Amino acid sequence: MLDVIDLTVRFGPTTAVDGANLTVEDRSIHALMGPSGSGKSTMLRAIAGLERPVAGDITWNGQSMLGVPTHRRDFGLMFQEYALFPHRTVGGNVAFGLRMRGVDAPSVARRVEEILELVGLPGYQGRSVGTLSGGERQRVALARTLAPRPRLVLLDEPLGALDRSLRERLMIEMRSVFEAVEATVLYVTHDRDEAFTIADRVAVIRDGRIVADDPPEDLWNHPPDGWTARFIGLENLLPADVLARIDLLPPTPEATAGVVPPESVVFRPDGQQSGLVVGSHFRGGVFRVEVDLGAGADLVAWSGVGLETGTVARFDVTADRVTWFAD
Amino acid sequence: MRRWTLLLVGAIPAVFLAYFFVYPLVTILYTGLVAEGRFATSAFREILVSPSIRGVAWFTLWQALLSTVLTVALGLPAAYVFARYRFPGRSVLRSLTLVPFVLPTMVVGVAFLAVLGPGSPFGVNLRGTIWAILIAHVFYNLAIVIRGVGAFWEQIDPHIEEAARTLGAGAWRVFRHVTLPLLRPAILSSAALIFLFSFTSFGVILVLGDLRHATLEVEIWRQATAFLRLDLASALAILQLVGVTVLLIVYGKARDRRAAELPLRPPSETARTPRTWGEWAVVVSTLGMLGIVVVTPLAVLVGRSLRADGGLALTNYANLFDPPRASALFVPPVDAIVNTLRFAIPAVLIASGIGMLAAVVIVRARGRSGRVFDSVLMLPLGTSAVTIGFGFLVALDEPIDLRASLLLIPVAHALVAIPFVVRSTVPVMESIQHRLREAAAVLGASPRQAWREVDLPLVARALAVAAMFAFAISVGEFGATSFIARPATATIPVAIFRLLSRPGTFGEAMAMSVVLMSITAVAALGIEGVRGSRSGGV
Repeated sequence: MLDVIDLTVRFGPTTAVDGANLTVEDRSIHALMGPSGSGKSTMLRAIAGLERPVAGDITWNGQSMLGVPTHRRDFGLMFQEYALFPHRTVGGNVAFGLRMRGVDAPSVARRVEEILELVGLPGYQGRSVGTLSGGERQRVALARTLAPRPRLVLLDEPLGALDRSLRERLMIEMRSVFEAVEATVLYVTHDRDEAFTIADRVAVIRDGRIVADDPPEDLWNHPPDGWTARFIGLENLLPADVLARIDLLPPTPEATAGVVPPESVVFRPDGQQSGLVVGSHFRGGVFRVEVDLGAGADLVAWSGVGLETGTVARFDVTADRVTWFAD
Repeated sequence: MRRWTLLLVGAIPAVFLAYFFVYPLVTILYTGLVAEGRFATSAFREILVSPSIRGVAWFTLWQALLSTVLTVALGLPAAYVFARYRFPGRSVLRSLTLVPFVLPTMVVGVAFLAVLGPGSPFGVNLRGTIWAILIAHVFYNLAIVIRGVGAFWEQIDPHIEEAARTLGAGAWRVFRHVTLPLLRPAILSSAALIFLFSFTSFGVILVLGDLRHATLEVEIWRQATAFLRLDLASALAILQLVGVTVLLIVYGKARDRRAAELPLRPPSETARTPRTWGEWAVVVSTLGMLGIVVVTPLAVLVGRSLRADGGLALTNYANLFDPPRASALFVPPVDAIVNTLRFAIPAVLIASGIGMLAAVVIVRARGRSGRVFDSVLMLPLGTSAVTIGFGFLVALDEPIDLRASLLLIPVAHALVAIPFVVRSTVPVMESIQHRLREAAAVLGASPRQAWREVDLPLVARALAVAAMFAFAISVGEFGATSFIARPATATIPVAIFRLLSRPGTFGEAMAMSVVLMSITAVAALGIEGVRGSRSGGV
């Protein structure tokens, strides 16, 4: 079990990680999500021992790792651009960590074969890394990281360099690989879909601080604040006075804004609420409809049929699906 | 790497340079500026009022300028052809262009003497004229433009030029307003280097100038060895050092500017096969001219060395083993071959060892201290070989008299070669992404293992190239060796010079030059072989 306690990392005057706390349970997949510059990669590098924190602690099963150099931590790290060794073959890259641990040659060869098969590159041992495609390089980097069975697997935007369709496929493959090797994983990404698809828990980092740490559904349904709601891409984050127009009233006076999940809005001819349709776009299967609530605020909702722009639409909202915050 | 380790590693090259480079230089300063224990400017006044020495200074300057302009003008088309086009035999021809640059000055001098001097197959005699000197300098330095500018040119994204064309610029205006400004830093730094080499030219001037034309370098040598005026020689060396320092600063500035943000593309993506007859004509005519310039002197040298008594004969070569004009002081020239190889091995070892340690320090000590160390190591490059040899002569009798030591010649050669070793290993070391070391660390490699597993294999190739460069430098070095070689320790270039100074041994000088050329060519081919076998993905 990894514990990050009040971790602070500074680069000169800038504080990259600012008192962050995080716990990664054994055999769980934990995503660390944040916009660029939020300190997520720095935090990962500090855990790997590649950055020196100025305060706080990093422990494994209660034992501090601060005095342990990178190569003795037994934490694997997969880099964003993979950092494959250009002078070694695929097999040489994957075998590297095993050799460093003094594993004998026949066992190394067996393990390399096994792990390459697991990531879908059987028989690639002799290939030069220069000849690989982007997706293949990604798999080699993953295999290299997993081969020595590190007690913690750290991944820094592992799919960041790939195009969209490949990413979607590899997300699912990666999750099953992690499950197959029962890895404990901390996965850094800025992409919501990736975090939600892969992780059991998602931590959100903002300006070096962890602002949320929940299972994906909880994070989606009950974001802790407006910033997180906006960051994870929730639509319909609206001020309380706008929500009052469609009879959504804040539970407490402190709540000044709320998120209305688009799927909680249902269009029907006898709906209690109404608004002017300002946009209706086909999004594959459903229409994304924007309804003007006045004061320049639009409510986004899904509809099975297209609605005419400029007409008045009637709808209902499930009030208890709204999440309120002090924004 | 820890601070202390770094200091310890840095101490070895620092001490070496301090004793064999800084100390001799300081002694030269002392000899030039101190007379009878007091600061004196008499030596300087003497060289400043002497019309012949003022003439030498003026000649040094303008011939270097003219050589530079001519070399750049002739080198740019060739750089363009190699940078932008792919054609059969490209890599072989490119290797060929490196040959003149690694040829020892003595070989270049003798080759041009064979082509343009007395008995020339073209019926001219340009010995002692500025033309012979300029042509030899162009021949010698062409590779700097082809390599230096070409390496940069081939990485410029052709899309930049294509964008200019779609914006309505014709071919000439694209070159004038887009390509040339982009190339300017590379051209300037190549030009600075060519100017430097021409400014400190020694062997070529000595052979082709026939003492009618002298550079500061030749004058230092003349004052020190012929007139035994160590004070004047020192003053001249100081004058030359000042000039070279100014030049090196300009060169450094140009090199820094090259680092400007420019989206570079791998050469494999920018070069293409010529498409039109016009493009083929450009490629073929440029390569043809290049071939004539590079091949003619060497072919004539080999051809004439094989002629004797009016026919084809190996007499000149046979005479190397058994000189008919041997005197009591004159060892058979073949001994010089043995000497040369015997000195080259320690020179290569010293240069590679010290250069490698220095490169590690430059790369690891980031920031100011690394840069300072870098510039200090480049000083031997700017300091002419003659100054190094002269410095050894005046300085290394105290505290230990090393002047008779057999190690002195290898040390001098190593000093000349170290900047090349550093220059060829530092960029490779720098290009090794820090990420790779980190990747090794997270996979469980200790810093030492990471160095052995990641840095060393990636640097080994560059080091092999550097070692071969050092070898080529050592076997061909003339300026410094001419000061410190004794009759019994003469190297091939020194032997060639002695053969040239005697009447009637020009044939043997040519034969000896061919031998030296062959040894150097083997090293040059080795360099290209190692470079060419670089596999993709680095």
